[in-house]
Amino acid sequence: MSTKLPERAKAGAPAKPHQMPRRESADRKQVTQGRWASILLVPTLILLAVVIIYPVVNAIVMSFQRDAGLNPATGFFEQGGPAGFENYTHWLFQQCNGQSCPPGTLGSQFWNAMSTTFFFTVVTVALETVLGFWMAIIMARSFRGRSAVRAAVLVPWAIPTAVTAKLWFFIFAFDGIANKLFGTQILWTGSEWPAKWAVVISDTWKTTPFMALLILAGLQLIPDEVYEAAKVDGATAWQRFTQITLPLVRPALMVAILFRTLDALRMFDLPYIMTQGANNTTTLSILVVDQIREGFNSAAALSTITFIVIFLVAFIFVRFLGANAVGAATSSGRK
Amino acid sequence: MAATATLPRTAPAPARRKGFDWGQLRTYVSAAVILIWCLIPAYWMIVTAFRDTAFTFDSTFWPTHVTWDNFATVFDESLGNHFGRNLINSLIVAGATTAVALIVGVFAAYALARLNFRFKFAVMGFILGASMFPGVALVTPLFQLFTNIGWMGSYQAMIIPDISFTLPLTVYTLTSFFREMPWELEESARIDGCTQGQAFRKIILPLAAPATFTTAILAFIGAWNEFLIASQLSSDATRPVTVAIAYFAGAQPHQEPYTAVMAAGTIVTIPLVILVLVFQRKIVAGLTAGAVK
Repeated sequence: MSTKLPERAKAGAPAKPHQMPRRESADRKQVTQGRWASILLVPTLILLAVVIIYPVVNAIVMSFQRDAGLNPATGFFEQGGPAGFENYTHWLFQQCNGQSCPPGTLGSQFWNAMSTTFFFTVVTVALETVLGFWMAIIMARSFRGRSAVRAAVLVPWAIPTAVTAKLWFFIFAFDGIANKLFGTQILWTGSEWPAKWAVVISDTWKTTPFMALLILAGLQLIPDEVYEAAKVDGATAWQRFTQITLPLVRPALMVAILFRTLDALRMFDLPYIMTQGANNTTTLSILVVDQIREGFNSAAALSTITFIVIFLVAFIFVRFLGANAVGAATSSGRK
Repeated sequence: MAATATLPRTAPAPARRKGFDWGQLRTYVSAAVILIWCLIPAYWMIVTAFRDTAFTFDSTFWPTHVTWDNFATVFDESLGNHFGRNLINSLIVAGATTAVALIVGVFAAYALARLNFRFKFAVMGFILGASMFPGVALVTPLFQLFTNIGWMGSYQAMIIPDISFTLPLTVYTLTSFFREMPWELEESARIDGCTQGQAFRKIILPLAAPATFTTAILAFIGAWNEFLIASQLSSDATRPVTVAIAYFAGAQPHQEPYTAVMAAGTIVTIPLVILVLVFQRKIVAGLTAGAVK
């Protein structure tokens, strides 16, 4: 990295005293920087192309191929071949061999998995936003032991999700501590709603800290003077919250919600380990993984659908809700 | 919300009248609630890890029936547990992933933070989009590809897809760290007579090292905690800890070995928690880098 700096310095420095050659030199500087930038960026972009774009293109190609298997019409084993949109209609309209998929097959679970995924996403992100905001406000105050609290919230974040799943599976066991504490006798992972709430609670525990820290970072950018001025003007605590804190923290909040939403839409580890997707806790990701061993090509179609769903949600966030993650990341200059 | 929505980030509001500061008390109670919520489940894992299997569901808050047996079960090869090997596998996969992401990503981050060029916005958008990419969309095509070329169950079968999320994370985090660095210092050092190499070695490297190290920790934790890809593409020989914990075998067949699983979870978690607590400030800065500002 040490070799590229003199170039820049040479291009920029001597131009300063004169007026005339300055623009020309600035252009040259721009060109030099552009060349350096492409050299530096190429390895990353190539690597990402290999690990992401190649598999995705591959998946899309696969999704238009028929899975090898027995043809119910002829009874012979067939080697696939082009399928058109068959794999997509299989999932979207739950069609198996021209009729609706029988209950219990993976094909019949698509819309359930879709609604489960969105249920988890909406409920966990909403809970995490409210709880995270509250935690951030507390952590932003100054009190003795504040750094201990800030350290403690990192503990759930650092624990691997697989371990979190096993931990809460144990907490929610029939003889487990949750039932004892609340005096209930619920088979948490044994029926639909308790299982869903068990997943929601575990996910909330695991990821609220991330949300809280992002919001806290946003809160810390609000200058104290703004609050002082509002106080002088007689604003109540609630007014200060709704008129100052919320609008000023909004950019950071929106980015945090965007990150968490996209993360929740691909939720896999928690329900997969806690319930194996039983009792209607199968998310889209779990359905894809279940399908892989039944047939690559329709799994590829399903993973493409999942990808498109996530992409659309991200698009809506960025386009209509003003979650400007890229802008936040590229804005130049220090704060 | 309303009750807690008082001034964020101000010193304890000077008590209006002499007497008890209720606002401050509320802050402490809230802080205690946060501490309990975050730490008690983790504490419960550790307490259970040290509990005799016969008393798995003992609900005493403090440690009772303390034993090391569960940790022995975790490493007991006769039960089919190969936790030592799993730990090494996790180290190899997470270590290699982090190394590749860092070596490649540091150059991209430098360019994004320091240089002006066209398509900067587009490149950043692509990298951010890549970090949000769902793992399942990779697993299906890679499952087939790796089966065809005989890479199924190899280390690279996990390292390659893991790069898809660690590399964008690395570039993203490093870019915001680099943008905050006082690069003018390098020029000053040159003016003061340092050579290019000296300026880099004495000024830039010490400044960039903590940022790079923090980013490495974040990438490592991400790869260490990965489950989906590893659960599909690893074999018995290369299985990392996260997958091993999910399919753990206990002393009694057909019985969930809760205490042993908690012991395994404790082993996996403790190093991460220590790492995170030691570098707390840096990690929080890294996590939130780029999301604000």
